Amino acid sequence: MPKDEIKQTFRLVGTRPDRPDGLDKVTGRARYGADFSAPGMLWASVVRSPHAHARIKKIDASKALALEGVKAVVTRADFPEVPAGEYWDLQENTIAGERALYDGHAVAAVAATSQLIAHDAARLIEVEYEILPHVTDVDEAFKMDAPVIREGAADYSVPEGSPPNVVKVLDFGRGDVEAGFASADLVKEGHYTTEATHQGYIEPHACVGQLGSDGKGEMWVCTQGHWYIRRMCAGVLGIEAANLRVTASEIGGGFGGKTTIFMEPLSLALSRKSGGRPVKLVMSRAEVLRATGPTASASMDVKIGMTKDGKLTAATAVFRMQGGAFTGSPVDAALNCAFACYELPAVHHLGYDILANRPKAAAYRAPGAPMAAFAVENLLDEMWGELGLDPLDARMMNAAKEGTKSSYGPTFKRIGFEETLEAAKAHKNLSVKLGPNQGRGVAAGFWFNYNGDTSVSLAVAEDGTAQVSVGTPDIGGSRASIALMVAETLGIEYEDVRVSVVETGALGVNEPTHGSRATFATGKAAVEAAESAIKDMCRRAAKKWGIDEDAVEWVDGAARPAGPNAGKFPPLSIVEIAAKMSSTGGPIAGHYEGNPPGVGESFGTHVVDVEVDPETGRTEILRYLVVQDAGRAIHPSYVEGQYQGGAVQGIGWALNEEYVYGADGRLQNPVFLDYRIPVASDLPMIDTVIVEVPNPGHPYGVRGVGETGITPPLPAVANAIAAATGIRMHSLPISPSKLLAAMNAKRKG
Amino acid sequence: MSKIHVTTTVNGDTVEFLADPRETLLDCLRDKLGLTGSKEGCGTGDCGACSVTVDGVLVSSCLVLGVEAQGKSVTTIEGMDKDGELHPLQRHFVEKAALQCGFCTPGFLVAAKALLDKNPDPTETEVRYWLAGNLCRCTGYDKIVRAVMDAAAEMRG
Amino acid sequence: MRYHTPATFADAATIAASAQGVTRFLAGGTDVLVQLRAGSVLPDDLIDLKHIPEVHSITRTADGGWRIGVAVSGASLGANKDLVADWPGVVEGMELVGSTQVQGRATLTGNLCNGSPAADSVPGLIAAGATVTVTGPSGTRDVAVQDIPKGPGKTNLKAGEVISALTLPARGKNAGDAYLRFIPRTEMDIAVVGVAVSLRLDGDKVAEARVALGAVAPTVLLSDACAKAIVGTTLDAKALDALGAAASGECNPISDKRGTKEFRIEVAGVLARRAAKIAYDRAKGAKA
Ligand SMILES: Cc1cc2nc3c(=O)[nH]c(=O)nc-3n(C[C@H](O)[C@H](O)[C@H](O)COP(=O)(O)OP(=O)(O)OC[C@H]3O[C@@H](n4cnc5c(N)ncnc54)[C@H](O)[C@@H]3O)c2cc1C
Ligand code: FES
Ligand code: FES
Repeated sequence: MPKDEIKQTFRLVGTRPDRPDGLDKVTGRARYGADFSAPGMLWASVVRSPHAHARIKKIDASKALALEGVKAVVTRADFPEVPAGEYWDLQENTIAGERALYDGHAVAAVAATSQLIAHDAARLIEVEYEILPHVTDVDEAFKMDAPVIREGAADYSVPEGSPPNVVKVLDFGRGDVEAGFASADLVKEGHYTTEATHQGYIEPHACVGQLGSDGKGEMWVCTQGHWYIRRMCAGVLGIEAANLRVTASEIGGGFGGKTTIFMEPLSLALSRKSGGRPVKLVMSRAEVLRATGPTASASMDVKIGMTKDGKLTAATAVFRMQGGAFTGSPVDAALNCAFACYELPAVHHLGYDILANRPKAAAYRAPGAPMAAFAVENLLDEMWGELGLDPLDARMMNAAKEGTKSSYGPTFKRIGFEETLEAAKAHKNLSVKLGPNQGRGVAAGFWFNYNGDTSVSLAVAEDGTAQVSVGTPDIGGSRASIALMVAETLGIEYEDVRVSVVETGALGVNEPTHGSRATFATGKAAVEAAESAIKDMCRRAAKKWGIDEDAVEWVDGAARPAGPNAGKFPPLSIVEIAAKMSSTGGPIAGHYEGNPPGVGESFGTHVVDVEVDPETGRTEILRYLVVQDAGRAIHPSYVEGQYQGGAVQGIGWALNEEYVYGADGRLQNPVFLDYRIPVASDLPMIDTVIVEVPNPGHPYGVRGVGETGITPPLPAVANAIAAATGIRMHSLPISPSKLLAAMNAKRKG
Repeated sequence: MSKIHVTTTVNGDTVEFLADPRETLLDCLRDKLGLTGSKEGCGTGDCGACSVTVDGVLVSSCLVLGVEAQGKSVTTIEGMDKDGELHPLQRHFVEKAALQCGFCTPGFLVAAKALLDKNPDPTETEVRYWLAGNLCRCTGYDKIVRAVMDAAAEMRG
Repeated sequence: MRYHTPATFADAATIAASAQGVTRFLAGGTDVLVQLRAGSVLPDDLIDLKHIPEVHSITRTADGGWRIGVAVSGASLGANKDLVADWPGVVEGMELVGSTQVQGRATLTGNLCNGSPAADSVPGLIAAGATVTVTGPSGTRDVAVQDIPKGPGKTNLKAGEVISALTLPARGKNAGDAYLRFIPRTEMDIAVVGVAVSLRLDGDKVAEARVALGAVAPTVLLSDACAKAIVGTTLDAKALDALGAAASGECNPISDKRGTKEFRIEVAGVLARRAAKIAYDRAKGAKA
C-alpha cells in the first residue's frame, strides 16, 4: 500500500474479535498489581500526614521496630539527595522531607512479615508535627498573602511581584484581540470554577519491589508505563535505570493517574533495607484518594466576542489551576485546548500554575481540556442561545477544519470536527421531544493525541505465526487492536498474532500508554515492524526464486513474484517461509524504535438530555450521545467503550465528583461512598457514533480515541441544565445543593 | 496473636486456613488460598470488586471476616466456569467487550450470576440497580448491562 | 482482637459486660468491618451474634406484629412477602441501605446501633412504633426504637447490653407507611435527608400519623408537629404544605460534605410531602 493513499477496505481492521486476554479476565486468572507474590516477600505500610501542612519535627520508629516481624522502617533520610527538578519533586512527593505538604503525604514506611503487622507497626510510628498555615483553594492560593508552599519553586516565566505560590506563567496568542472584540456585536465574559476530581480507577496502586545491596532490582507493578517507573524510581533512589527491571502487571485502569510514581520507591527502599527481600505495597482506597493524582481545581475567566450571526471574532482565557504542592497543573494543555474547536481571528491565553496543600496532580484523561471546555463551551452556548442560534449550526459555522490555523498554533491537516457535528445533527436522539423540566445540551471537545517514544519488536515463529512485544500496557483492549493491525499487514489470521506487554529488559524505551497513543504509536510501530519482517521474507523468497528482491510483493500472507516475473513462481506463504527460516538466514523479525510521526487530532460532539427535579435540584441523565472522530476504529467495540467511559467520567465530574476539603485542610471524602463516581443505576445507555475521517499519518488512519470523550460532558451537562432550568451554572460539580440554591434565587427573582 | 483455624468450602473444595480474626474473607481468599480473582477496589464495601457468594448469598468479601466462613460454602469467580466451559455471562462479557481494564469484571460476573439465579428475566432497570454496588470506571456500564441482558436471554433459551 | 461466638444472648451480654477494652457486636458487619478497616474503631473484643439460635428468623407475634431476629439481613427482610405487605416503608428503608452485596449482610439492628443520624431504616422503624428487646447482664427490657440513638455514633445502650430482637406492632387496617431519602446519586450514598411517614386512615381522613426525620439532627427525630399537620386532614394540598413546613421547621441540621444545612431543611419538607402521599395511597390499598 503506498503511504500516501489511505486504504478503505480491510479484511480484519474494523472487525470485533474477542480480545486475547478475555478468557483470563473473565475467569479471574489475569494478574493485576496486587496479585503478584514472591518467595520471602514482606508487606509494607505507609505512615501519612494527617495535616495539610506541617513541619516534621521528629519521627520515632522505635516502638514499631520493636514489634515482632518488623524488618525495616524508611524515612526521607534513607533517600539520597537529588538536585532540584523532576526527581526532587518525585522524591519529595514519595516521602516528605522537612515538611508534610498535604493531608496524606507519606512520611515513613515500614516492612514486616505480614500485612497486619505492617499496619500495626505503622500505627506505632510516632511523628511529631508542628502545624503550619495551609491553603487548599486555588483562588486563596493565588493571593499575595497566602501561606507559601515552597520558596524558589517558580520558574523563569513568573514575573517579579507575582503571588508566591505561582510557579509558572503562560502567556500566548495571536491576532489583535482588542480589534476582534471591537468588531463584535456581542461580547461576554464569564467566571468559571471546577473542583478537583480523581481518575477513580478501581484498582489501587500496588507493587512488589526488590532491591539488593548490589543495586540490582526488580519490580512488578500496575502502571501505564513501566519505563517511566524504572526511570523515576532510579532517579529518586540514585540507582542505574538499566539495573532495575520492571514488569507491568495487568492494569486495573489508569486514565493518566498511573503514568507516574507514588509509592513504588518506598517498596524498593524497604527491600534494600531488609536485605533485599521483596516488599509488597498495596494502597488502600483512602490512600489512593488522599495521595495519588487527582486533577487540578480551576478558576477561569473567559471572554468571547461574536458577530450577530454568531461568528467568533476574538476570545481570551485566563486560567488559574492548582496542581497540588508541586509544579504541574495541566493549565498549559487547558489553554491550548480551550478554543481549539473553532476558527478564531484573534485569541489570547494567560495561565497560572499554582501550588496548594493538596496531593501532586497527575494526568487525568485529556489533562486540562475538560475544565477549559466547561468554561468556553458554557459561555459560547449562552451567547449563541442569546442570538437564537441552533447550537450545532453555530458550531458548524465556526468549526475548525483542514487548513484552519488552530488557536494554539499549528495549522490543522485533515480533521473531522464538522463530520461529528453533522452526524450529531442526524442522530435520532435530536428529534426526541422534551418534557417539562427537561433540557438538551450540546458541547464539543478536542484532544491533540500523541505519539511519544516507542519500541516494538515482532518475530515470526517457526509455524508462521507472529509474536509482537510491546511496551505500552493494555488498559482497554490495545492488544486486540495491535493484533488486528499486524494480522492485517502480515496477511495472517488475527488468532495467529500474539501481542505481549513485555518487561523493561526486553525492549527499548517506551513512554506509557498515555495521550491516546497506544493504538496510534504502538500500532504504527507494530505495523512498521511487520513491514520490515515482510521485507525480509520477500528477500528470502527473491533469493529462492533467483530474482531481484524489489520484484517481489507481499499479498495475502505470501510473497509473490511481481512485475515482469508475475506468475512465474507459485506464491510462498508465510508458513512456508517460516518453516525454512533456519536455513534461509535465521530468525525472521522486525522492530521499530522511534517516535512515530503523523499524529492526528480527534474532535467530538456530545448531546445530552437531562431532567432536573425542581424541588430537589437533582439532575437525571435521560439520554446521552457521543459522536467522535476516531480516524479509524480498529476494533470498534473498544472505541465505543472509550467513548462511553469518557462520557461517564465527564458526567460524574459535572454532577457529583469533587474533592471536599475541611477547614483543617483534610480531605473529607476519601471513600467511594462519598467520592461519588457514577453507578450503573445513574445512567442510561450511552449512544455512540464513530466518525471515521482517517488520519493520513497512520497506516490505518488511526487518530487515538481515549481522551477527547471526557471533554464535552462537563459543558454539555451544564448546557442541558441551563436549557431545563434557565440557570447557567458556572461552578462544578452541579450538585443538587448548588442547583437548588440557584433555582431558589431565581424563583425569588 | 491468636489465630483461628477455619474449615470452609470454596468452589466445592474443602479448604483450611489459619486466620487472624481481623483478616477479611477477601484477605484469606487472596493471600492464604491464592484465589486472587476476587479484587480489592476499596476494602469498605463500596465497589463490589470482591463480590463472592456465601451460602448462595451475594456479599462483598471485604465485609466478611475470614473466621465467619467457618462451615460455609463460598463461591468465587474461580468457580464460575464448569470444567473449562464458560458460563454464558463470561462468554458474553468477552464477546460484547463488557470489560476494558477488567479489574471490575470478576465482581460484576459474580454479582450478575447471583441476579440471574434469582431472576432469569430482569429488566434493564433491574440489572442496573442490582449492579449499582459494582463500580466500573472504564466502560460507562453500557456494554456490561447489555452483556448481562444478552446472557440472560440466551440462558432463557 | 478476640473473636467470640456466644450461643445465647445472656452469654453475649456477659462477655460484653466483662470486656475491658473496645467491644463491638457483629451482626452483618457492614459498619464494624468498615470502621475496622479505616482504623477508626479497632475492637479488642468482637462478639459475633450469628451463632445464637433464632437470630435469622422473622416470625409473626401473637398480636399480629412481627418479631425480627438481629441477624436478619436486608435481603431476607425484603424476601418476606407478608412483612413487606404490612410494613413496606420499613422494608424499603432497610432495602435502601447499601448495595445488593451489603443487603446480603446488613441488619436493622446494626443500622440502629451504629447510631448514624442518617441510618436509612431507623426513621421507618420509629414511624412504625417499633420496639427492641434489650438483654443485659441483669435481664431484659423493651425499649422504643426512638430511645436507642443518643447522638452520632452513640446509643443509650449500657455496657454489656445487647439487642436480642426487634418487634414491629401489628399493622392493622387502613394503614400505610413509606420512606424516602434524598441522595445525589441513585444508589450507594448516605442519606442527605430521610423521611418516614406511617399513617392510618378513617375514611379519607388521616386518623393517626407518625413522621420521623433522618439526617437533619444529631439523632433521627420523631416529629409531633409533622403528625399534627396531617392528622384530621385528607392530605389535601393545604395539609401537605403544612406538613412540609412542619418538617422543615423541625430540622436542626449541619452543613457537611453531603449537603448544606439549607438544602436539608428544604428537602425535608419536599420528602415529607412525597412520602406522606405514598403512605396515604398505600393505606388506600396501593401496592408497594
Ligand atoms: C457500601 C455501604 C453502603 C452503605 N449504605 C448505607 C445506606 O445507604 N444507609 C444506611 O443507613 N447505612 C448504610 N451503610 C451502613 C451499614 O450498612 C448499615 O448501618 C447496616 O444496617 C449495619 O448493619 P450491620 O448488621 O452490618 O451492622 P454491624 O456492622 O454488624 O454493627 C453495627 C453496629 O451495631 C452494633 N450492633 C449490631 N448488632 C447489635 C445488637 N444486636 N445489639 C447491640 N448492638 C449491636 C455493633 O456493635 C456495631 O457498633 C452502608 C455501608 C456500606 C459498607
Ligand atoms: S473491595 Fe470489597 S466492595 Fe470494594
Ligand atoms: S473495566 Fe475497568 S473498572 Fe470496569
